[in-house]
Order: sequence, then structure tokens, then C-alpha cells
Amino acid sequence: MSTVTNGVNVQALLDAREVLKGAPEAAKFVWRASSKWQNGVHSTTRVQEFFGLGQEQTHKSEAVFDADHPEVFAAEDNGITPIEYLLVGLAACLTAGVASVAQNRGIQLRSVEATVEGAHDIRGILGADSDVRNGFNDVKVTFTIDADASKEDIEALVAQSQKRSAVFDALTNPTNVSVEVA
Amino acid sequence: MLERGEVANSWRRERWDSLRLLTPNRQCRLPGHRYEGPDPDGYLTMAEVTEFIERFAKISRAPVRTGVNVTSVRPDGDGYHVTTSHGALACRTVVIASGACNQPVVPPFGAAVPASVRQVTPFGYRDPGGLPDGGVLVVGASATGVQLAAELSRSGRPVTLSVGEHVRLPRTYRGRDVLWWMDAAGVWDQRHDEIDDLTRARRLPSPQLVGTDERTTLDLNALASMGVELVGRWAAVREGDALFSGGLRNVFSLADLKMDRLLGTFDEWARARGLDGEVGAPERFAPTRVPESARWRLDLRSGEIRTIVWATGFRPDYQWLDVPVIDEKGRLRHDGGVVDSPGLYALGLPVLRRRRSTFICGIEDDAREVIDHLARYVAVRR
Ligand SMILES: Cc1cc2nc3c(=O)[nH]c(=O)nc-3n(C[C@H](O)[C@H](O)[C@H](O)COP(=O)(O)OP(=O)(O)OC[C@H]3O[C@@H](n4cnc5c(N)ncnc54)[C@H](O)[C@@H]3O)c2cc1C
Repeated sequence: MSTVTNGVNVQALLDAREVLKGAPEAAKFVWRASSKWQNGVHSTTRVQEFFGLGQEQTHKSEAVFDADHPEVFAAEDNGITPIEYLLVGLAACLTAGVASVAQNRGIQLRSVEATVEGAHDIRGILGADSDVRNGFNDVKVTFTIDADASKEDIEALVAQSQKRSAVFDALTNPTNVSVEVA
Repeated sequence: MLERGEVANSWRRERWDSLRLLTPNRQCRLPGHRYEGPDPDGYLTMAEVTEFIERFAKISRAPVRTGVNVTSVRPDGDGYHVTTSHGALACRTVVIASGACNQPVVPPFGAAVPASVRQVTPFGYRDPGGLPDGGVLVVGASATGVQLAAELSRSGRPVTLSVGEHVRLPRTYRGRDVLWWMDAAGVWDQRHDEIDDLTRARRLPSPQLVGTDERTTLDLNALASMGVELVGRWAAVREGDALFSGGLRNVFSLADLKMDRLLGTFDEWARARGLDGEVGAPERFAPTRVPESARWRLDLRSGEIRTIVWATGFRPDYQWLDVPVIDEKGRLRHDGGVVDSPGLYALGLPVLRRRRSTFICGIEDDAREVIDHLARYVAVRR
């Protein structure tokens, strides 16, 4: 459609949208992760398989994530904290959205950088104050984007990417979570 | 023409007391009948719209049979069998003009709201006096929601407004009614087959507009200045708490950016038409102010909220339509008013054939084109 190359195959996404409109079952995906306790608060989580388009699917390779607490929490710091993984997910999801929307709107991107900050009062998780929640109080994302577009068009890219973001939705809206013992 | 109530029934029975049209009088146009009073920039009250439509029924000699409720329409041979409260009819063709807003929509979690909180829809609401004293949570920030939030706030009640995606517009732009611009600049002429995402266009919420003598803008900044508290889109009820989305800032951005783009197209059109001397100077409006920290949880059992007003939209009611032309979302399957069943037609739905179709002044072109099709259908099958 244009010479813009952000590396996103927008046509494939648009085609998928049309196909899945008439095939809601195929649109049902299940993402999975399996974790294993190591020692202390260190755990390792592996991600490879997922379900979608009506069948089991596999990532090209397995991804392994170590989570731990930092030394200021008297831990060994074998990996980032679990709540930091939420920031990773949010930054990655919004960035992917910016690239896709830009491709769809014919905007050439040169660089897209984001910093994500989650303000967290740890008195909640420590049980030091029952009025303080466990999770983030506020999350702030700041994008720096260099692209062939006006400031308004860039703002619109970022707004649209939030509108279509899975992680933005998962963080801003409540989700039912059920935890069981097998 | 079968009408279950009286002529202009929806305007008589399904609107609140203070409502005035949000379209200015100059846009009160029906085929061969238009507003000709002294105030083309004013907005009709409900009594005045009712009179306007009654008058049209009279001068057009519309063969209306009032007090006749259609209870079923089903295919029968090469036509339709229509059952009514006053007997049955056999028809070659049927035009569905039963309205787009027969029922208020209430999200499913309304059922989880504690019984101590009263819930009303725009159909049950008449004026603030009909509600208990105390806090009101208005859900939805389109035309109905912003108007009711303002009215309830003026009545002295603390008002919280839950805001999802919305359409922000100033009442006037460069000295003219913003809907004059929509009309004159050709936005409303955009045809259904030219619109990129027609499903989305048809679902577009009504603009944040109110018809008043002062022609005031009723956007979220105006409401916040009145003391209305803004919270995010209502997502769920959990253990008696209303939980709102934390994405309020983004719905503000989307609406602000969209408004600016629209005003930009007006400016371009005015320049191309050489109208810059006739209208005021281009304007841009302050972005929607983001509250310091919007609440995302509200305890519905605390007594803070006495009433919930659902301003979450309306939907048509096709329970009487026994023809398989309704999709899984409850919408009529039609192409520009030609319904997916021979001899069946529709009028009066949002963006039926063009953006103007959503409004009273949209019926003239739509009716002509849809009835042309109907007449050809009848002629061929004679
Ligand atoms: C709150 C609100 C405010 C609005 N404000 C404006 C505005 O400011 N300007 C504007 O241009 N538009 C406005 N609109 C849109 C307006 O409704 C339409 O523009 C237009 O009036 C629709 O006319 P209609 O005849 O298609 O539908 P309606 O006015 O809904 O008429 C449908 C008729 O069909 C009858 N009916 C339905 N089912 C049956 C049945 N089974 N048997 C017999 N009769 C039946 C109903 O009783 C009703 O009289 C507003 C809509 C709402 C809900």
C-alpha cells in the first residue's frame, strides 16, 4: 500500500481480522507459562506452548525467565521481580501497537523508545498498612518517537496503541483470576 | 402506517422533561416541512418536536393508524404476514421504521449492584426530583450522560460520571453551531458505502452536546468545573464495589485528538470555500483535564451513591420480527436499508445510507432511495 517499512505485516493482521469475524472459535487463544520454585524467592518460568487457531502451537524456541528479589530485599537477585515483568509486558505491548498502527497508517518510524515506571508502595505486600494496596499505585509510560509524522499523528498512534493493547487492558481493567491447588 | 402509540410517540413518552434537541432548528427538516420560526439557531423542546412531527403527519397526509401495535411480522408466500393488536394484514412489502432507540441498554453487571442503590434508565428518568437525595453515579458520557450529569449536579447532588470512549464537540465553532459545520462541510453527506469501518460508524456514540439558549459547551471540562467527579469506564462489580478502568487518560486523548482532526477538516473546507472572512477565526480548545488521581473503585454499599443512572445507550427492539434477519449482536442485517429478505426494508437507523441518517434531517434522502428500491421491487414482481 505504501513504501513504509516498519516490518509489521499489517495485511496479514487485517486479513486475520476479516477471517476471524466469521470464525470466533479460532480466535480463542490460551497463553501458558509454567514456573518452578528454585530456592528462596527465586523461581524460573518457562514459556513455549500456547493454543490458538483451533490447535496447539509452539514458539520457535522456549523462553526462560528468572524472577527473584533484589538484594535490598535480602534476596539473591537472580532475576527481576515479578512485578517488573508486568512493566516488560506493558512496554512491549504498547510498542508493538505503535509499530502496527504506524504501518497501517503509512507512517515510517525511525525510532520508538519507551520508559515505564510503576509507582509501588511496598507496605502493602509487607502487610505494614492494610490501607495500602499490593499492586502498583500508578504506572507511567513515556514514549519518545522519531517518525515521519506530525506531533498530533504521533500522539494518535500512541492513543490507538493503548486502545488495542492486551496488556494495557489487562492492567487497567479487572480480570477474574482463579488460583487452585492441583 | 402502523403506530402502537400516537404520532411522535418516542418524543412524547421516552424522553426526560428538560430534553431539547441537540440539532439546531435550522436542521429540523422533513420532506416538504421545515422549521420556519424566528430562531434557526435554537433547539426545540420535546413539546415543540412533537408538534413539529404532528404537523408533518397532517400536511403530508400520512395514513397513520395509531394505537396499533405490531406483534409479529413473518414471511408468507411472496410477502409478509403481519399480526397486530387490531387484527392481521397481508403485505407484499414491509418498511421497518420502528426506531433505533426502543430500549435503554444496561450492562450485565447491573444485576450485581446492591439492592440499596436505585437504578434508573433514561426511560424511567423525568427530572432530578424523581430521584432520592444523595450521590448519583451517571454511567456513560455521551449526550444523555453529560446532560443528566449536569442537571443532577445543578440539583445539588454529588455526581460521579463514569467515562468510556466518547465524542467531544464544542457547541459552537468559529461562531457557528458545530452541527452546522458537520452539515455544511459535507461530513454528514458521507455515504455508507464510502465509510472505512461502517460497523464502527454505526456504533459511534452520540456527541457530548446539549441544546440550550446560551449555546453552552457541555464537555468533560465543563462538567468537572461544575464539580462532577470523573471516573473511568465501569468494568465490573466485585463484592459490592464498582471497579472502573484505569485508562481514563487515554479516552480523553482519543476524544481530544479526534475533535482536533475534525476541526482541522472544517478549517480546510472553510479555506477552500473562501469562507474565512465570513466565519470567526479558527479555535482550538484546552485538552480534557486529567484528574489528579481518578478513583477506580467505589463502594456501592457505603451509601455514597444512592442512585445509578444508566446512560449507556439504546438499542432497537425486534422481538416482533419473525424473519431471520437479525445478527448475533441483535442488529438488523441490511445494506443501506434494503434488508436481507426480499420486500423487507428499514429506515431510521444510524448511518443507514449516510452519516446524516442518524438525525431527523437524514430521512428525506434515505426514504427516497429506499422507497425507489421498494417501488422497483414491486414493479418487477407484478
Ligand atoms: C434521547 C434521544 C435524543 C435525540 N435527539 C435528537 C436530536 O436532537 N436531533 C435529531 O435529529 N435526532 C435525535 N435523536 C434521534 C431521533 O430519534 C431520530 O433522529 C428520529 O427521530 C428517529 O425517528 P424514527 O421515526 O425513525 O424513530 P422513532 O421516533 O423511534 O419512532 C418509531 C415509532 O415506531 C413505533 N413502534 C415501534 N415498535 C412498534 C411496533 N411493534 N408496532 C407499532 N409501532 C411501533 C414507536 O412507538 C415509535 O413511535 C435522538 C434520539 C434519542 C433517543
